Amino acid sequence: MKKFWKTGEPYVLATGSALAIVLVMTFSLVGVVVFNGLGYFWPKELVRLELQDGSAALGQIMRHEKNPTDGGRRLQLKVANRDVFGQDFRWIDEKDITRRTLPADAILLERREHGNYFGFLKGVTAEGLEVPAAATPQQTLERALNLVADKNRATLAVKKQMSDLNTRAERLRLKLLKLEYRGKEQNSAAIGELTAEREKAMAEFDRLNQQATAAQAEISSISATFEDAAGGSKEIALAEIVAQQRPNSMSFFAKCGAYLERVRELLLDDPRESNTEGGLFPAIFGTVMMVLLMSVFSLPFGVVAAIYLREYARDGLLTRAVRIAVNNLAGVPSIVYGVFGLGFFVYGIGGSIDSLFFPERLPTPTFGTGGILWSSLTLALLTVPVVIVATEESLASVPKGIREGSLALGATKFQTLTKILLPMATPGIMTGLILSMARAAGEVAPLMIVGVVKLAPSLPFDGNFPFFHMDRKFMHLGFHIYDVGFQSPNVEAAKPMVFVTTMLLLAIVIVASSTAIYLRNRMRRKYTTSTF
Amino acid sequence: MAHTQQQTDTAPILSVSNLDLHYGQAHALKGINLDMARHQVTAFIGPSGCGKSTLLRCFNRMNDLVESARITGSIRFNGAEVNEPSTDVISLRRRIGMVFQQSNPFPKSIYENIVYGLRIAGVNDKATLDEAVERSLQSAAIWNEVKDRLNDSALGLSGGQAQRICIARAIAVNPEIILMDEPCSALDPISTLKIEELIEELKDKYTIVIVTHNMQQAARVSDVTAFFYLGQLIEAGATRKIFTNPEKKQTEDYITGRFG
Repeated sequence: MKKFWKTGEPYVLATGSALAIVLVMTFSLVGVVVFNGLGYFWPKELVRLELQDGSAALGQIMRHEKNPTDGGRRLQLKVANRDVFGQDFRWIDEKDITRRTLPADAILLERREHGNYFGFLKGVTAEGLEVPAAATPQQTLERALNLVADKNRATLAVKKQMSDLNTRAERLRLKLLKLEYRGKEQNSAAIGELTAEREKAMAEFDRLNQQATAAQAEISSISATFEDAAGGSKEIALAEIVAQQRPNSMSFFAKCGAYLERVRELLLDDPRESNTEGGLFPAIFGTVMMVLLMSVFSLPFGVVAAIYLREYARDGLLTRAVRIAVNNLAGVPSIVYGVFGLGFFVYGIGGSIDSLFFPERLPTPTFGTGGILWSSLTLALLTVPVVIVATEESLASVPKGIREGSLALGATKFQTLTKILLPMATPGIMTGLILSMARAAGEVAPLMIVGVVKLAPSLPFDGNFPFFHMDRKFMHLGFHIYDVGFQSPNVEAAKPMVFVTTMLLLAIVIVASSTAIYLRNRMRRKYTTSTF
Repeated sequence: MAHTQQQTDTAPILSVSNLDLHYGQAHALKGINLDMARHQVTAFIGPSGCGKSTLLRCFNRMNDLVESARITGSIRFNGAEVNEPSTDVISLRRRIGMVFQQSNPFPKSIYENIVYGLRIAGVNDKATLDEAVERSLQSAAIWNEVKDRLNDSALGLSGGQAQRICIARAIAVNPEIILMDEPCSALDPISTLKIEELIEELKDKYTIVIVTHNMQQAARVSDVTAFFYLGQLIEAGATRKIFTNPEKKQTEDYITGRFG
């Protein structure tokens, strides 16, 4: 037995099993997320259940489980129609079910408000809609929906104009504020001119607004009547309907099409229904932009700091103290960085910028409130130690001979650094960057207090000058998970969204790191030293 | 670098007098006095840790990189003091090239390795660089082996080839002296032979100072040999004399292999 321990075999086994446990944990986490996330968009069948008490229910079966009170099996049915039934889900004991059917004409409506509607189409009310006499109600509904979509597109152009006018009016208002702040008397001519211009823009806006409202009313008058499983009928304006499908009569390929359409919506559309439905585009955009901005700040700063520490600073007490401080910074709880960011960046620097450059807008803050710039800076502060440590180590790992070879040829220290050392250290620096990007993408706590919001009205980048709006608040996938999963009014209905968001966040981190790893390996091949 | 040929060819190109060097508390070189003649190969021999490499690194002030090193005494290169703070180290290192024990090609192409010294000196004219590459690779007797793959990475070369690339790199900036710190210690016998032949040829244009552990090598390539022991210069003189009829007992013991 003693001999067995001496061979070292048990330790090899122990390390092997530790690795196995880590792998199993990682893969099950990713597996659970991917399984739940990917399944969310598949058009599930609508089952009609007839119960012993004579009532009927229509919905999608979410899961089965044991009833904790009487030990029988029960199932969870998503019945939707939140506005009619009061809740989306219902538990039904399996022993109560007398009959299950899949009605071919059961329809699923995705609505702008109140979640999905499950039911049956009864009729369509649309003035001026030409319908062939032989058309089924379903065909009529599809035609009517197309008509609504066309009209919506027409109003969209008007809305774009309105938004442009609004931006212009806002800009004029800020200019006016500035002039008034500088002195009403000497600028009175300019003020009068601007006021007139602004009023003109506002009048134009009002005119367009009336036009848009009229068009909206016309669109809203087109509606359809539906009947739910309990027999209640409901009239729904077609403008309220985002999408409709009849999952029970869809072919496999039609389901695939619907699936892809939902994925597209997820990636490119805005969220609806307090984020529990619709797309994630603003959150994806916010996360990616924030991480990129963070890299732009932390990479140069970290690299320069590491170069100074490793190449120029004398190895004394101070250098060692700085090095210890840098290493410890990596261990500070992230919320502390958030509080620091709020105090230093937002209130300190942002507040000073406001009082220096935008005094006329006060007390409304411009930079003196959370925004994507301050968030990126806070996270850059959080991740800069990683970059410093990685850069220092890769500089230290350049062979002494290479360094001396360059110096012996008459190169200055700086030439050696830029021409030899930095290129050779790049793979190591990239490793640091990868780690810091992954960390920044997953960080939520500090962001909550320096600029992330549940719903941002506009992206931090758009077509209006100056294109990058660093002062704007933004949405973030990590915060989205927290918000949808734990702060939304209807947690059960939001669950799939949490999985999908998690999956996307993981995907972004994986894509970003894989790209960086690919680049790093290419560079590593180029700079590997082989002596013999 | 304009050659100032004010000195006659017989004046020593490098002249060391009363040189002492301390690494912190350790006294590494003790009162060295030595002259090196132009266009000659001088070999430094001695057991490990005797200070021969340290002395070599004094000539182009590579010891500046060692923070604990303190140097007193004088080294004159063409009559000018090397150890003055006012000496332009950059231009000094351009005029006194160095080849290291481990070949240390940069992770760049062969071409870029050779022109490195010229580029950092501000030479960027393509024709000049091309000419320098061919000339120095020819001088280092490696032109025929690499002329078709000048743009390949220098890291793909064998040890002997890499070492000759490093010699070519040192030659490219047209130095007056080439310092070689055990250039063959990591090479096989055939590569060693090639480097030795090369040293023989380079001697016409450059002054060479070579540190070696290999006494046969010193006997084969050098004109003058200096024997060091425990930081002291024991004996220096014509190679033939040192190897056949040394004055000092210690030298004889070392050469005949009784210690070291």
